[in-house]
Amino acid sequence: MRYAAPTTVDEARSLLAEHPGSRVFAGATDLIPQIRAGRPAPPVLVDLKRIDQLMTVLHEDGQWRIGAATPTSNLTRNRDFTAMFPGLSEAVGLIGSDQIQNRSSLGGNLANASPAADSVPAMIANAVQAVIASGDGTRTVPVAEIATGPGQTSLADGEFIVEFTVADPPSNTSDAYLRMIPRTEMDIAIVGAAVRLTVDGDIVTDATVVLGAVAPTAVTVPEAGAALVGAAIDAGSIDGSAMDTLADAASAACDPIDDKRGTVAYRRQVAGVMARRAAAIAVGRAQNGV
Amino acid sequence: MSRTHVTCTVNGDPVDFLASDDTSLLNALRGELGLTGAKEGCGTGDCGACSVLIDGRLNCSCLVFAPEAEGSDIVTVEGIADDDHLHPLQQAFLEGAALQCGICTPGVLIAAKALLDANPDPTETEIRYALAGNLCRCTGYDKIIRSVQEAAVRLKGAAR
Repeated sequence: MRYAAPTTVDEARSLLAEHPGSRVFAGATDLIPQIRAGRPAPPVLVDLKRIDQLMTVLHEDGQWRIGAATPTSNLTRNRDFTAMFPGLSEAVGLIGSDQIQNRSSLGGNLANASPAADSVPAMIANAVQAVIASGDGTRTVPVAEIATGPGQTSLADGEFIVEFTVADPPSNTSDAYLRMIPRTEMDIAIVGAAVRLTVDGDIVTDATVVLGAVAPTAVTVPEAGAALVGAAIDAGSIDGSAMDTLADAASAACDPIDDKRGTVAYRRQVAGVMARRAAAIAVGRAQNGV
Repeated sequence: MSRTHVTCTVNGDPVDFLASDDTSLLNALRGELGLTGAKEGCGTGDCGACSVLIDGRLNCSCLVFAPEAEGSDIVTVEGIADDDHLHPLQQAFLEGAALQCGICTPGVLIAAKALLDANPDPTETEIRYALAGNLCRCTGYDKIIRSVQEAAVRLKGAAR
């Protein structure tokens, strides 16, 4: 196993092309434990953190560009980003300890393809796009199309995520992310729920609900979002029957595993609760401009 | 196995060493440089016993490949005292009996230093969150938290 630290995207492409089966990494917070657990070591470890573009967060012309290897603590500490995407910021702020967040990246969280990855539902709810180095050029795809199953992605051998792009949210729009874990900190989600919604006065006009950890990949639940569209907001609270419909739709969309951290029935029920609570937080933020 | 020549700064001193490409920074610190303060607890980034500062940021050195350290500025627990004087965190831990077996202590001290460097006046909740990545299996958390609070008070007094 050889370590390489290219300083350009093209240099990284060449390394991957010349050494099939090699792996790119940013924080290695998943990679190192996987190798230690017996996963075959790649011929070349390609460290992406010396490539400026992958370590840069830019906000210009109504769009954010987030380098795929940027430590997630750079996002949670970025006041402008957190003000615009409080849900996405809180999602990455839940991933491990400070030690981990100084290394972990959006690119790694997505490409590792854990069904429980906290950033992924929040990225999908915000329609984040992944820019992928592919062949000699790039291709751009919605984040929702990257993970195809636990540990599986649609990235071809030699492809890697360069950066993420996301448009500034429309006015009166905000997001929220909640997760359930068996402990209070430092654990893996048994249910994650991201909600992004837009309000017009006391009416919800748009809503996206995305669940994590309840299926092989993050799942968008169109029926849950649709339940909120047109719902009235009374003193900051979304109409109860719309919320009931949302919760039922979220529960129905689950295809969870049964494990020591949560049973199928528990995950289904909690998915509805988390989606409902995330919607309640998001609507407050959207109405109050937070 | 490839080996890489790494040049970096550790506790203010320029150092260089030869590291296997698949070895961790923690192994290089302990083996090549003889700095055995940072400990390997889990080796998977869960326990924080290997915590060091890299370019001022708190990291688990077990989750860093040694060659990644090229050009970086590293601080380990060996580097936080000032010549003959313990760091106020170390002194407060000693006085407050904030350690039992001591395995977690170097990592806790570094994590606490990272916190106080960024936030000299943390609340108890902020301290608990900042140390959430450092496990103590002797169950000494309350004494640790109180000692960090005491060190923060002393550091603020010294800064005045």
